[in-house]
Amino acid sequence: MTVEIPVEKWPGQVREITLGATADEGGTRSHTVTVGGETTLPFLHFEGEIPHPPVVGIEIASRRPDDWSPLLLETWSDVVDDPAAWAKAAEEAGADILLLTLSLEDSVDDATSAVRQVLEACDLPLIVFGPGQADKDNELIVPVAEEGAGERLVLGVCEEKNYRTIVAAALAHDHLVNSRTPMDVNLAKQLIILIHDMGLPLEQILMDPTTGALGYGIEYGYSVMERLRLAALQGDSMTQQPMLVTPGEEAWKAKEAKVGDDVPAEWGDWGERAINWETLTATSLIQSGADLVVLRHPETVQRVQKTIDALMAEAGEPELVAA
Amino acid sequence: MALSGLEIYKLLPRTNCGDCDFPTCLAFAMKLAAKQAELADCPYVTDEAKVELEAASQPPVRLITLSSNGHKVEAGNETVLFRHEKRFFHKCGLFVRVKDTDDLEAVKNVASEVDGFTVDYVGLDLELDGMAVEAASGDPDTFAECVEAVRSATEKPLILIGSDPDVLKAGVASLTAKASGTVPLLYGATPENWESMAALAKKADVPLGVRPGGGLEELAELTEQVKGAGVQNIVLDPAARDFAGTLTRMTQMRRLALKKNFRPLGYPIITFPGEGAEGPEEEVVLASQHIAKYGGFIVLDHFSQASAYPLLVFRENVFTDPQEPIQVEPGLYEINDPTPDSPVMITTNFSITYFSVANEVESAGVPGWLIVADAEGMSVLTAWAAGEFDADRIAKSVNATGVADKIDHQKLVIPGHVAVLSGELEEELPGWDILVGPREAVDLPAFLKLGNE
Ligand code: B12
Ligand code: SF4
Repeated sequence: MTVEIPVEKWPGQVREITLGATADEGGTRSHTVTVGGETTLPFLHFEGEIPHPPVVGIEIASRRPDDWSPLLLETWSDVVDDPAAWAKAAEEAGADILLLTLSLEDSVDDATSAVRQVLEACDLPLIVFGPGQADKDNELIVPVAEEGAGERLVLGVCEEKNYRTIVAAALAHDHLVNSRTPMDVNLAKQLIILIHDMGLPLEQILMDPTTGALGYGIEYGYSVMERLRLAALQGDSMTQQPMLVTPGEEAWKAKEAKVGDDVPAEWGDWGERAINWETLTATSLIQSGADLVVLRHPETVQRVQKTIDALMAEAGEPELVAA
Repeated sequence: MALSGLEIYKLLPRTNCGDCDFPTCLAFAMKLAAKQAELADCPYVTDEAKVELEAASQPPVRLITLSSNGHKVEAGNETVLFRHEKRFFHKCGLFVRVKDTDDLEAVKNVASEVDGFTVDYVGLDLELDGMAVEAASGDPDTFAECVEAVRSATEKPLILIGSDPDVLKAGVASLTAKASGTVPLLYGATPENWESMAALAKKADVPLGVRPGGGLEELAELTEQVKGAGVQNIVLDPAARDFAGTLTRMTQMRRLALKKNFRPLGYPIITFPGEGAEGPEEEVVLASQHIAKYGGFIVLDHFSQASAYPLLVFRENVFTDPQEPIQVEPGLYEINDPTPDSPVMITTNFSITYFSVANEVESAGVPGWLIVADAEGMSVLTAWAAGEFDADRIAKSVNATGVADKIDHQKLVIPGHVAVLSGELEEELPGWDILVGPREAVDLPAFLKLGNE
């Protein structure tokens, strides 16, 4: 019997975007990281090209993030008080890139010096996010853009409320931005258009469709990303940006990951549950199209990278079950 | 794939005799297509047309049901590749495997752990579906004994795994002798043993898993053979085990079934993530891939609460209806027998939101009145952003519940995330004090306790 396997002929392709800059390119990174370029749905190697595997980032903070789960604070231990040491530890833990989150309490000097220290301490391309409040993000990210001139940083959080300021900063110093919208295909598209209209090349815009954690709305994020990726492959140009999401932040907000005491016994061992929570949140988003996931726990990083390696291995002949 | 009214019309006698109580054959065909009439109402359809029409009305992925003692697991009947296109309908079954070469006591322990595992997620009791028992010993009596040991610990559905039909037969016999209505899955038929396996499945009237020696061609051939031998209820093994291989194969199988209406692969898929993973940590990840990407029955090799819980939640999330958020009834909820001086709080009717608040207050043992506003099933911030949880709505909900008559104070605690509403709310609810609560529900008990002092 012949079986004709349906293969989709996708007219579209995800854009290739490069983060970071080496000395030759005006920065100080030892290497750059490129994402995107897919011509098929995630990991369907029989149908198209997946030139770059999804990359895994680790989130670090400019000062000790006291609202993080004690499990995370214990794991990273002393380095959480020192962004440079943390950056080094994260690089050793296997991160492909770093995300530095600034704090509401940071002054401009605090922010720029944290960025400087992190750049000096490690070789990885860097994303810098403000604390996530539009005004404060604007206040901190503009000087950060100047401090990191030449490094091709990713600047954020670039949302509808403040994209003009963040994009202007990216334009002035040749950086990238994350275009973040709340889990909606049309909003995602619109913001990309607005940012692009300001003159920032599409090669400098990552699409950040927002996500929820496992059990807390992941299905919305998952489906919006599948729809965005399908639109990209169908040729809708303004959805062809590689996707960046932050499953680490979301998963560690969930009670299942965050706390160990006073929870139902059926939830099982805290450490294992928490890592599973973050891992499944991240891997399912990778399966729905994420090109870049930012995580918080080093063990999750290992597991997610292993999963990516396994998914990038071209599907060969099946391993058969021993009789 | 369902036929159109016109396609059905071509298969009818086209005499317009009216015996079906429709004026014309075409009118009857249209009703058939809309599933508002029964084919049996036309006495003149030919047998060939009947066969063709019935085949066309079959779902592209056949529904397979395993059952025992009132428990049931159904897989199949899926109609889309992506959940946003409509929804995924039948939650894949999650099973845990033991082998008949394992120590019997250990087997029983695993089975009762799996059996007893229930975890509450937004008011739903999530559970695993059953056990898989593998005949690794090759000995009929040993296998039967192991099946009985599992059965003594759980009444849930079973999958019986083995390659020797005589051995599996002993397991089936020990099961079906005890309880009628028990339908296990037999796994599996291979190119070598399919004839006797199919005979066994047919005789016991149970579904049969098939495992090819190679790719999808071999798999399709094997299902046709098994079907030819009289077994209708079939479950497919993609034969791949690894991450990339299962994703590829299972996607191709689902596409063939849905887009090409390719009958030989129009059945649910069984997977064994433990065989493609390096350890329990990786097995969870691969199992979650199989949940999202087209698994029908998933057989795990490890059970632990800390991995079963996230998997069950993931399955719940993937299989919810994207059109309809899981909601709770709006209204006034009493937590821990509140009294007139207990605090009054307000939240939205999105299940996840309601339960994260209610569970915190309840487990802290603090009595309270919780008003659940009708916010179209949205979370606090989503509802606020969508205009479904504004001062006007909140005031209406507070008044509609009549909570004012049950309390001797007029204080309302609102979620910290919507602190901006407090001024407006004081205007909408004259006489009430609006207290801004913490942002996260975890901090609510401490906040309430402080207010009591
Ligand atoms: C899932 C989600 C959606 C889903 C909806 C899910 C649902 N059924 O609600 C979808 C994709 C449909 C959606 C849509 C939109 N969303 Co939305 N969405 C989210 C997301 C990712 C998670 C929300 C969630 O489920 N949280 C979990 C629940 C449990 O949280 P919660 O309800 O707030 O409850 C917690 C606390 O508030 C507290 N609490 C609850 N009740 C009470 C009561 C008291 C007394 C106290 C003290 C505490 C308390 O306890 C809970 C646990 O801590 C958030 C971003 C994020 N990561 O948080 C954005 C977010 C809420 N969405 C946002 C927006 C803007 C929208 C849209 C308006 C976008 C648009 N224009 O289309 C639409 C609106 C919907 C519409 N028009 O129909 C914004 C809101 C921005 C703002 N601050 O105003 C957010 C914050 C994203 C962002 N950063 O921009 N969204
Ligand atoms: S009974 Fe049959 S043949 Fe007669 S009108 Fe109805 S469909 Fe046509």
